[in-house]
Amino acid sequence: MDILEPMYTLVFTELVPSFHVHLQVLLGLLVLWVLFKKSEKPGRPGKAGKSELDIINDWKPEPLVTPVPAKHRGLNAPVTKNQIAQHITVNGVKCLNFATNNYLALVNQQEIDDVAVAAIRKYGVGSCGPRGFFGTVDVHLELEEKLAQFMRTEAAVVYSYGFSTIASAIPAYAKRGDICFVDEAVNFSIQQGLVASRSHIKYFKHNDMMHLEQLLSEQAVLDRKNPKKAAKTRKFLIVEGLYNKTGEMCPLPEIVDLKNRHKVRLFIDESISFGTLGDTGRGITEYYNIPIEEIDLVMSSMEGSLGSIGGFCVGTTFVVEHQVLSGLGYCFSASLPPLLTVGATAALNLMDGNPDLVKELNEKCDQLHRLLHKSETLARYFRISGCRLSPVKHLFPLELKSGTENELQKIVDLCLQDGVALAVPAFQLNDVKFQTPSIRLTVNSKLEAQDMSKCLSTLEKTVIATFKPTSTS
Amino acid sequence: MKSLDLTSEARMSVEMNGFPAKSDPLPVKNGKKPSTNGHTLNAEIHQNGTLPTPKRAKESFEQVPIYTAIMTYLGFYILMFLGYVNQMFFSPKVARETNREGYTPLYDQFERFYLRYVYRRVKDCWNKPISSVPGAEVVVKERVTHDYGWTFEFTGRETKCLNLGSYNYLGFAESTGKCADDCIKVVEDKHGLGPCSSRHEYGTTEIVQNLEALTAEFLGVEAAVVFGMGFATNALNIPTLLSKGCLVVSDEKNHASLILGLRLSGATCKVFKHNNMKHLEKLLREAVLNGQPDTGLDWRKIVIFVEGIYSMEGSIVHLPEIIALKKKYKAYLYLDEAHSIGALGPRGRGVTDYYGLNPKDVDILMGTFTKSFGSAGGYIAGSKEIVDFIRVNSHAACYASAMSPPVAQQIITSMSIIMGRDGTSEGLRRITQLARNTRYFRRRLHQMGVIIYGSDDSPVIPLLVYLFSKIGAVVRTLADRKIATVGVGFPATPLMEGRIRFCLSAAHTKEQLDYALDTINEIADELGLKYSKKPRDPNPILYETDDLSGVE
Ligand SMILES: Cc1ncc(COP(=O)(O)O)c(C=O)c1O
Repeated sequence: MDILEPMYTLVFTELVPSFHVHLQVLLGLLVLWVLFKKSEKPGRPGKAGKSELDIINDWKPEPLVTPVPAKHRGLNAPVTKNQIAQHITVNGVKCLNFATNNYLALVNQQEIDDVAVAAIRKYGVGSCGPRGFFGTVDVHLELEEKLAQFMRTEAAVVYSYGFSTIASAIPAYAKRGDICFVDEAVNFSIQQGLVASRSHIKYFKHNDMMHLEQLLSEQAVLDRKNPKKAAKTRKFLIVEGLYNKTGEMCPLPEIVDLKNRHKVRLFIDESISFGTLGDTGRGITEYYNIPIEEIDLVMSSMEGSLGSIGGFCVGTTFVVEHQVLSGLGYCFSASLPPLLTVGATAALNLMDGNPDLVKELNEKCDQLHRLLHKSETLARYFRISGCRLSPVKHLFPLELKSGTENELQKIVDLCLQDGVALAVPAFQLNDVKFQTPSIRLTVNSKLEAQDMSKCLSTLEKTVIATFKPTSTS
Repeated sequence: MKSLDLTSEARMSVEMNGFPAKSDPLPVKNGKKPSTNGHTLNAEIHQNGTLPTPKRAKESFEQVPIYTAIMTYLGFYILMFLGYVNQMFFSPKVARETNREGYTPLYDQFERFYLRYVYRRVKDCWNKPISSVPGAEVVVKERVTHDYGWTFEFTGRETKCLNLGSYNYLGFAESTGKCADDCIKVVEDKHGLGPCSSRHEYGTTEIVQNLEALTAEFLGVEAAVVFGMGFATNALNIPTLLSKGCLVVSDEKNHASLILGLRLSGATCKVFKHNNMKHLEKLLREAVLNGQPDTGLDWRKIVIFVEGIYSMEGSIVHLPEIIALKKKYKAYLYLDEAHSIGALGPRGRGVTDYYGLNPKDVDILMGTFTKSFGSAGGYIAGSKEIVDFIRVNSHAACYASAMSPPVAQQIITSMSIIMGRDGTSEGLRRITQLARNTRYFRRRLHQMGVIIYGSDDSPVIPLLVYLFSKIGAVVRTLADRKIATVGVGFPATPLMEGRIRFCLSAAHTKEQLDYALDTINEIADELGLKYSKKPRDPNPILYETDDLSGVE
């Protein structure tokens, strides 16, 4: 109980003035300011004798932006429409969808669209405020409760954008001086979260547990030398459940073991593994049957399996609740529009009520996996990356030349003309690691066997057509 | 806690402000002619050195009375002290971590203490759940706490409150009408809620392309690109424009998303005092003259970052002076119109419209759709060259989800209405109504003798209550009288400047504003909020009317 209640009442009502403390602090600050006030800088090289006006007139800033090539994909992206079941209409042509993250094919499911329409009729479209300022709609609380319950954790928070979920969650905990051990294949939102945190970042080789252990041990040696500093330095281990860039799973049992031995906190980005791994889609922890309490924070977007927009974090109340006041994207942005929120809740309910959805997807992932590995044509030109159950499969070219990326794009464009939508993953220049170009195939649960064989035959045909002439010349 | 007895303070402040009101030296314009923001201004001469001094609406700002200042600090320290004692005796389960023995504590001591033992005392004033459209009125779900703010429970009761808290400037938060109908049609036509893909891959839809074309036209520039979240529009695009060796000159009151974008960019950042043109010029001049501090080399480029309306200050950016400065020092200008787009200017087209400036004088126009358009997302607009650069290099276009089609449709429909494309004068009516509501509400608050900040034309109105404890008291008392408002205190504002913020809307009627004003007047007496020492207008404040729309 709050024994100090009467005292609080006192402060909130009556106060005793005495300001000499402030006066002293002010005086102290004044003295410091006078002491440390910077003296004027001496002149600059090359500007001697020039008048102020000359310097200003001479100054030529760089242009704000540099021209971009008109052919860049960012200016010529295909126009899409009506993403329904295993199809998507691209530039007016109905294609098989091997491209978007609609893993469970829930986009445009009638049940989901119905609740979205009802939400517009009840709440309008925008929430017109951040969560703190009347932007918390009851549907947000319902979604959070449902997510926490589904993931068997104490608490959940929902953000209005997938990218910002992960990029905000990390710096809510990791601060300057802390250390983050990170897989080098992590996605760009994790990288941006790390930059914002200003922590020391130690990358280990993709899924290489020996390398991770080595880094942790090196740190342990340093910690023993300086236990005082170590006691103040938080350590985080940040991985993805399924890596978007490679389609590989993280070896969670080994990671949890290392985490426990070295007492680092484990954050997992489950943007892809949520809804796709585990018997009922509860992600990588369910897949490996590891108690979710071992993970400090599970983060995920809702722009994949749930077919909506936004993201969430789940974990203990102790950890998660902190984001309500410290997650930048949570506090300083309007909340997720109610129609998208109920859309995500409805998708989650569908997932929860039909475990077959996930099983169906797993089978399809497995099928495509086997088909890809059987293909001799592909084996001649590509290394196939991505684990059996991953809905994301990458074809990495065996031979990398300067024009490879264009060739891959050409293959994808040709497939598109034949009604198969694939993707060359888009990259930014400052994405630090793992920039290898690839063709990415994304599985969704509604793809049939004949769809997959069509995809494969189209792909083989265009690969041969594209690579043959160059390999003979 | 609930029933605060602030009578002694109230008495005091009445004494401080109790002199008879004198007549307002400024002309009170309650004329009959139709007016919108940016047309009838109480011009006031600003001393800005050699800079042009454009006509601008009166801005209000008052120093904190010294006694209040002392009380504010003192009250805060006592709160901290009590919190500290409290923490020694009482730490419930949610405040402890299990199964993490031997780990470095997850939180800084002070941060945790502040949130748990200081902020918790007023925690009930934020994150209040609603269960309706955030329109002129909003249904707030009642919560109770049985453990002094550690946890909350719903009572099941719901209260319809007058909504002075949401950013619904033009009243487009609606569940019926053209906007809602159009959005529903988009869902029914199977455009999907989420595109599950980025713009560079398969997230580009015709609806989004139409929105971009319309946005560019609305803003009067060559091109525009839109993103799914306003916050991310800043955080994921600013880093592409700047890098090491670039200098940013940023207003001290800039929004967290701008600051995050700047931090991620690696550029050097200098902060100028809020809306202080002299300080801005000093920084620009020094930057051009002195170059980079270590090498003495010229800066690669200098970019000024400002907002249209500052959401915590209610002030409007001094854009004409900034454009003059930017031209003089060859800097670039990034203008975040999150709160000003739609809400300012005779045609609702933001700050440039308000001042009658050429939007092309601003290099990068950024804004969000979460406020005036009642939707979600953000845009970047400007020359085709700049927008193409963003399309190609934006982190968001490459990695983040493209915009949701129904959300984009809401913006298209509301923007078309603002532009009069629907063949009615509904858009103009809303713009006019907001402008009148704003001036009426602000004048009456001035007349009451409370201290409010910001420009007379700004629909964001911070009312200064100073004391940390009063923020909670005012928010709660207003909530009891069925008025929903938000309070803002440390650390979001300086410790001294706790405030209550009202956001006006075109959806508010004069009767609703009168109810709010009368209530505020009573509370201001009860809780002692009439800090202002400025003379008060003895004449009744009239609500502007005209024949245009029949608004009373
Ligand atoms: C100046 C400014 N920029 C950006 C944003 C973020 O916009 P959104 O809520 O659309 O994410 C806000 C919102 O409060 C803002 O005030």
